[in-house]
Amino acid sequence: MTYLYNTPDDQAAMLKSIGVETIEDLFATIPSELRLQRDLNLPPKMGELELTQHLSALAAKNASPATHACFLGGGSYDHFVPAVVDALASRGEFYTSYTPYQPEVSQGNLQAMFEYQTLICDLTGMDLSNASLYDGGSALAEAVIMALNTGKRGEKVVVLGTVHPEYRQILQTYFGHLGIEIIEVPCVEGVADLAKLEATVDASTNCVVVQSPNFFGAIEDVAAIAEIAHKNDAVVIQSFDPISLGLLKRPGDLGADIAVAEGHSLGSPMQYGGPYLGIMACNEQFVRRLPGRIVGQTEDRRGNRCWVLTLQTREQHIRREKATSNICTNQGLFALRASIYLALLGPGGLKEAATLCAQKAHYAQSKLTEAERLEPVFGNNPFFKEFVLRDTQGNVDGLLAEAREAGILGGVPLGQFFPEMDDCLLVCVTEKRTKSEIDALARTFSLIHSGGSTIHA
Amino acid sequence: MRNQQATQLLSELSRPGRVAVTWPACDVPEQPIEDLIPGNFLAEQAPRLPELTEGEVVRHYTNLSTKNMSVDTHYYPLGSCTMKYNPKRNERLASLPGIVDLHPYQDESTIQGMLQLLYELQGIFSEISGLPACSLQPAAGAHGELAALMVAAKYFKSIGEDRKVVLAPDSSHGTNPASAQMAGFKAVSIKSDPNGGVDMEDFHKKLTDDIAVLMITNPSTLGLFEKNIREIADAVHAKGGLVYLDGANMNAILGITRPGDFGADMMHYNPHKTFSGPHGGGGPGAGPICVTDKLEPFLPSPVVAKEGETYKLVFDRPNSIGRVRSFFGNVGVLVRAYCYILSHGPDGLREVSENAVLNANYLLSKIKHFLPVPRGERCMHEFVASAAKLKQERGITAMDIGKRLLDYGFHAPTVYFPLTVPEAIMVEPTETESKETLDAFVQTLFKITEEDAELLHDAPHSTPISRPNEVQAARSPCLRADFCDM
Amino acid sequence: MSTDNLLFAKTHEWVKVEESDGAKIATVGISAHAIEALNDLVYLELPEVGKEVTAGESFGEIESVKAVSDIYAPVTGEVIAANTALPDNLDSLHEDAYDNGWIAKIKITDDSALGDLMDLAGYEKMCAEEA
Repeated sequence: MTYLYNTPDDQAAMLKSIGVETIEDLFATIPSELRLQRDLNLPPKMGELELTQHLSALAAKNASPATHACFLGGGSYDHFVPAVVDALASRGEFYTSYTPYQPEVSQGNLQAMFEYQTLICDLTGMDLSNASLYDGGSALAEAVIMALNTGKRGEKVVVLGTVHPEYRQILQTYFGHLGIEIIEVPCVEGVADLAKLEATVDASTNCVVVQSPNFFGAIEDVAAIAEIAHKNDAVVIQSFDPISLGLLKRPGDLGADIAVAEGHSLGSPMQYGGPYLGIMACNEQFVRRLPGRIVGQTEDRRGNRCWVLTLQTREQHIRREKATSNICTNQGLFALRASIYLALLGPGGLKEAATLCAQKAHYAQSKLTEAERLEPVFGNNPFFKEFVLRDTQGNVDGLLAEAREAGILGGVPLGQFFPEMDDCLLVCVTEKRTKSEIDALARTFSLIHSGGSTIHA
Repeated sequence: MRNQQATQLLSELSRPGRVAVTWPACDVPEQPIEDLIPGNFLAEQAPRLPELTEGEVVRHYTNLSTKNMSVDTHYYPLGSCTMKYNPKRNERLASLPGIVDLHPYQDESTIQGMLQLLYELQGIFSEISGLPACSLQPAAGAHGELAALMVAAKYFKSIGEDRKVVLAPDSSHGTNPASAQMAGFKAVSIKSDPNGGVDMEDFHKKLTDDIAVLMITNPSTLGLFEKNIREIADAVHAKGGLVYLDGANMNAILGITRPGDFGADMMHYNPHKTFSGPHGGGGPGAGPICVTDKLEPFLPSPVVAKEGETYKLVFDRPNSIGRVRSFFGNVGVLVRAYCYILSHGPDGLREVSENAVLNANYLLSKIKHFLPVPRGERCMHEFVASAAKLKQERGITAMDIGKRLLDYGFHAPTVYFPLTVPEAIMVEPTETESKETLDAFVQTLFKITEEDAELLHDAPHSTPISRPNEVQAARSPCLRADFCDM
Repeated sequence: MSTDNLLFAKTHEWVKVEESDGAKIATVGISAHAIEALNDLVYLELPEVGKEVTAGESFGEIESVKAVSDIYAPVTGEVIAANTALPDNLDSLHEDAYDNGWIAKIKITDDSALGDLMDLAGYEKMCAEEA
């Protein structure tokens, strides 16, 4: 009866009104041979106190940025979340509401989404934004679908090898079995190989997918990549890091036609990978092809400015198998959080956050490579907040285990994505990391005597 | 109580020089930024974002929130959306340090508690569905459909069969055919019979040898249990096809009957509906899928496994369709579902469905006297009434009724869905409402059907805005603040 | 324009066929009946001039507040003109679906599909049956 209201008296009165004897009678339409003849085999019911103790015990088995300095990145980042974001987003009027199908009683959500779209356009320098998608990876897949739907060119999709490996896997999952050709252009020294790209892109290329800063942290020459693509009339899709735009040129300034991002860095916690925020912005030419929910401004019957869901006729609930996408939700709550975050930071705050990331990451790169066994990989590439290190003794797991002992999540081992890089790790430094944490990590790495770690000998 | 500030936009409230966030001074030796990053990559100026104080941001969004109806504030009988109470404990537990702040690439040794939770949840979802294998990765119900159909495609490929047809009833949710299309299948629709079930004659006609998957929502979008489900599933299986259950309506059958037991090979859950993850103004959701053993090898990677006392992520799954999403999935939503299920236990979950069905039948028994319910005397957790007669006699539409309900402080039911019922009004009360609330809703609905038609055409009258001009919004899209010339 | 000489497709397009320099040119639009049913029009996507189209295949789209509908090519041939003034004057379709409401002109390369089209009486009968 945890959240139920009906007392036995209520139930009796209701059954009488319905004209049946028991609740069981209401299930008479289910053939008895299909009924479950036993209780579900589930853990017994817990009260709130018991459940809190259980969850706290599970949480205590995990290390997290609350207990360990986090130098992990690769698409999920430990950025600071101001208290205002949590306080506002935890208002029940926001998080217990649903899709604004009734605009008259949803102006709060609708205006917030319209402002989200505006903020994303200003952030990216693009013409339009939708009201968000699931996450950065599926947003990239939707961007490719949108490019393919414009339907005027060939179906070849060219993806740079420096795009997040999981994002590339998602593209393979979405398109591989449909017979759409996905060509990956290998990178050299951690950035796009422009010569190879030039040789790959041709008239049959529908779109070129680039990520900048890329998976290794390096800043790509998106303008040059866009030029190659546009010469061949291909659509340019850039996956970007929203925090980096406090410092770096915006996708719209670099020639991107569609800009997508993992947006959780804008005010949402890491949550072991989700829910996150798929940002999608694009040029005006895609206005009637943009998937997902979109909010538009209009007027009510009394002439008041107001907002509604619009351009929904291409969505699945009307167009069914002819829809532009099967997407049926956005990440409203996380788009709201991103809006509050951007409103709090403003232009100056975003620039400061980005600058702190860049300064601290560059300090960390030089500090960590003071350790004898570590050397920078792709060291000449300009980078934003992530960089790659190589353990010359080839024991990345040992290094990271040692760091964990010292209370530090030291980096993401790259062997899981690139077998040839099993001696490398990706280190990320956000504005939250302090000099003393960076120095502590450097000290830990230097102290490990040659011959490998004491733990993973 | 008028509030001007809530209708202003952030850009209108902005004043140069106002700040809400103060970052710490840089504690590492600073270098000129141009020495770190070449100037040609640097923006000439920061993005043009609004400049506000913290207090302004708080007041703006707090006031915006008061312009929403929500489950916390109003009765929300929105059919097919299961707008049940969202327990506060779930919010707090999902926000515990060690849960909310884990990085997805942490070493497995540092996330044993999280992996245990996810492993147990895979088992719980399998038990409730009667389908032994589970993937928690898809990010929403429609995403789960897509992933499951890709699983089916890969399965057929693995046994060397080229099957192209996905069947779905015409009353199904539009995501069904859209997902089929995206997964590379051809969507074919089956007619509903007059009682809202599958038209068996049309079903047998469309059931060809190249059937890949039948997608079925059971209980259906009309709130009826498909009595022929076993016969339908057997016929699909006899042709070598698979049965997919759209789990949107699981709230009616928890612990009562299981999809795996009535013939489904695959299904998705909507934890944000059935298991009370809040709807968040339209997301996030999650779309975990469960499948039979023979389909397990094709599920997305990774899945969580237990070896001895250790939990681990398994990536080495050569037949997997791959990834449909980055990282593990919408874990925050899954944690809330886990808390909800543990708060109920087996008996509690069955009581949820019993009371959801009781509440719906009670409403049906009251409403049918003044608003016809064309399909059936009984229902499961929801039912579809029709305003067709009112429209014909007095020009009052389902839309008018929905809009007028807003004036009385009730959220509108789902209207015009499913498309197979004219002037459809789809009501799902959920189990977390009292008899008093249901009675008040019935009385209000009755009162509205007696009201002057003109009054209803102009409703709502007391909401923050009246009906918006949707034609203008679609004809000249204004999708961001500074592109509007209004 | 008199509707007497027009042919109609099952998918609600109208066609007027004229000879010009030995070629058959089909002028294509959407029937007044369909325009009425679509109600509030918000967007029209014209076919590209120069595009080869096949009878029965979608070659444009018309969108109302409630739905997007494909416009199907009623004949096979090459699009030689599109009514570029129309997308900005969608309301005019409600008054005049025929003369100024034309959408595209197609130079017919294969006239076999013409046989599948109906005259006005046949089309009106079909609409009445659908209603």
